Amino acid sequence: MSNNTPFAPWNDEAAVPLIQFDGVSKKYGDFLAIDNIDLKIYPREFFALLGPSGCGKTTLMRMLAGFEEASAGKITIDNKDMAGIPPNKRAVNMMFQSYALFPHLNVVDNLAFGLKRSRMAKSEIDGRVEEMLRLVQLQKFAKRKPHQLSGGQRQRVALARALAKAPKLLLLDEPLGALDKKLREETQFELMDIQEKTGTTFVIVTHDQEEAMTVASRIAVMDHGKLVQIDTPDRVYENPNSIYVAGFIGDVNIIEGRVSHLAGEEAQLCWAEGTSDIRGMAGPKIQKGEEAAFAVRPEKVALSVQEPIERNNRVAGRVEDIAYLGNMSTYYVRLENGNLIKSQVANDRRISRRSVTWNDQVWLSWSDTAGIVLPSGGNPS
Amino acid sequence: MRKTSWFNVVSLTTGFAFLYIPIIILVIFSFNKSKLVTVWAGFSTKWYGELLSNEAFLDAAWVTLRVGLWSSTIATVLGTMAALVMVRGGRFFGRTLFTGMIYAPLVMPEVITGLSLLLLFIAIGLDRGATTIVLAHATFSMCYVSVVVSSRLSTFDQSLEEAALDLGCTAFDAFKSVTLPIIAPAVASGWLLAFTLSLDDLVIASFTAGPSSTTLPIKIYSSVRLGVSPEINALSSIIIGLVTIGVLTASIASKRAIRRQQIEERRAIG
Ligand SMILES: Nc1ncnc2c1ncn2[C@@H]1O[C@H](COP(=O)(O)OP(=O)(O)O)[C@@H](O)[C@H]1O
Ligand SMILES: [Mg+2]
Repeated sequence: MSNNTPFAPWNDEAAVPLIQFDGVSKKYGDFLAIDNIDLKIYPREFFALLGPSGCGKTTLMRMLAGFEEASAGKITIDNKDMAGIPPNKRAVNMMFQSYALFPHLNVVDNLAFGLKRSRMAKSEIDGRVEEMLRLVQLQKFAKRKPHQLSGGQRQRVALARALAKAPKLLLLDEPLGALDKKLREETQFELMDIQEKTGTTFVIVTHDQEEAMTVASRIAVMDHGKLVQIDTPDRVYENPNSIYVAGFIGDVNIIEGRVSHLAGEEAQLCWAEGTSDIRGMAGPKIQKGEEAAFAVRPEKVALSVQEPIERNNRVAGRVEDIAYLGNMSTYYVRLENGNLIKSQVANDRRISRRSVTWNDQVWLSWSDTAGIVLPSGGNPS
Repeated sequence: MRKTSWFNVVSLTTGFAFLYIPIIILVIFSFNKSKLVTVWAGFSTKWYGELLSNEAFLDAAWVTLRVGLWSSTIATVLGTMAALVMVRGGRFFGRTLFTGMIYAPLVMPEVITGLSLLLLFIAIGLDRGATTIVLAHATFSMCYVSVVVSSRLSTFDQSLEEAALDLGCTAFDAFKSVTLPIIAPAVASGWLLAFTLSLDDLVIASFTAGPSSTTLPIKIYSSVRLGVSPEINALSSIIIGLVTIGVLTASIASKRAIRRQQIEERRAIG
């Protein structure tokens, strides 16, 4: 792979996946936690599983680590069928949601724990532990017990311990959940850096969409045990394949209506009497004459006092509320037919010079390609 | 602090008096010069000296100690295993029944336990002696161990063991190098409890002891029936001293260790 081709093995027919799920399901009693999943994850990927709590993310990880057996289907790692192979026989390590550091061992012994159980010479183990301490910058804390470390330090020990055996695959279950926002952001970049340095394949679970967008090469959005969409972060954001995905990742305006025109990439939605149809990109699985929903991100909706006659998509409304967020403001505009549309505007001027305020009549507009027409149903949560 | 009312003072004093006056009297009379237990004739330590040359008592003490060590060790191993199954076994067929059966001996009258064990030993033709006492004591004290250990295990984060498996341990190795060191204080206090139970026991031991193996409680009980001698007082005083010092310090220490470990564990996984 040369340096200027982007990393995208999922588009490469010849690429061999590291992990493959073939029709995998998992049942707990009568409850279907994982519902017939097909998935390929490639070497060196940073793959994020995103979804609301209880959708089956941890279960999927535990099946990869070997703590749960699939009820149906086949999981292969590195072309080997994983059925019946216990966790200690897999080239997979996991960083636990609770870190699961051994409280009776100090940092060094925690890091050496897995190495001592492989066929590695004592001197080699010491070298590897030293290397790991350097990687996560914990040399000074080598002799501390876990309870003498801060949350961020414990999280780094857990990461180093999982990486120490140089696994082919590292599983991270909400690794940053316990950290505050600033530390989280720093750690996200650290994680990406480490992933790049070690060349390990990472599968990370998160319920934070920003985190997934930041770190991942691809994101899988889950809902009730199903994979709803698997795509790169920008495609998941710009081209969601359902209202559920659009609503789960970022903020979105939804306008319901009926498809009035469909030609290739273009679609039009008839949505309210006395208005012209909305133009947008055609999403998957929509049909002319059928019900559909138009989804557009608030930051793609422009706000103006004058009618923007140069744009096809323009609607009039009244400012109902303004949320001031510092760097930007969100305007809540009520349309004549009752729809509430959000428009996000960068605050490039001081707030006192703002020209639009409550109850003003305004125009909202967006380009023909700003939004996407999606099959209706599956409300955003 | 709350003011101590006269009611509190009185109830505390009566309570302690009830508990400890008999013991104090016993200790005082162990230093009595006279052979008559109830008549004070001046201070002397001669009964302690005579005790040391009394072969029968020394033998009994030795048997008691050996039985205690063996039975508490066996009970600890079995009790810990039972606790693991109860806390970790998940839901298996007959789990409730099994749990109930583990705890039943806690409330079973000792006479019945002793009698049933006696019948068992006769039925399988096991000669009564130190071995049968060990078996009997291990049987009834293992449920105490399993109670202590399972209460510790129920607060133990299972992801620690999974982490060990994930890092390459076999199930047994994970137990040995992660779970056991962490629950060790609870196991130790379970062992101590079993040991004291064995030292104390009279009823079950008298059902299962043979003529050649008399434990100290049996010996004391049978000599008292012939009349209380100052020698017995001396022996009892020694036992009281040992129990007070040994058991109290050990249990305080192990309680502390358990608390410290739980704090460490909580902080390590939080
Ligand atoms: N051992 C189990 N027994 C029964 N149900 C379980 C078990 N583990 C998870 N579940 C259920 O499976 C679903 C998915 O759980 P999980 O994978 O932990 O979700 P997530 O990690 O996405 O929050 C949840 O509804 C949960 O209640
Ligand atoms: Mg989870």
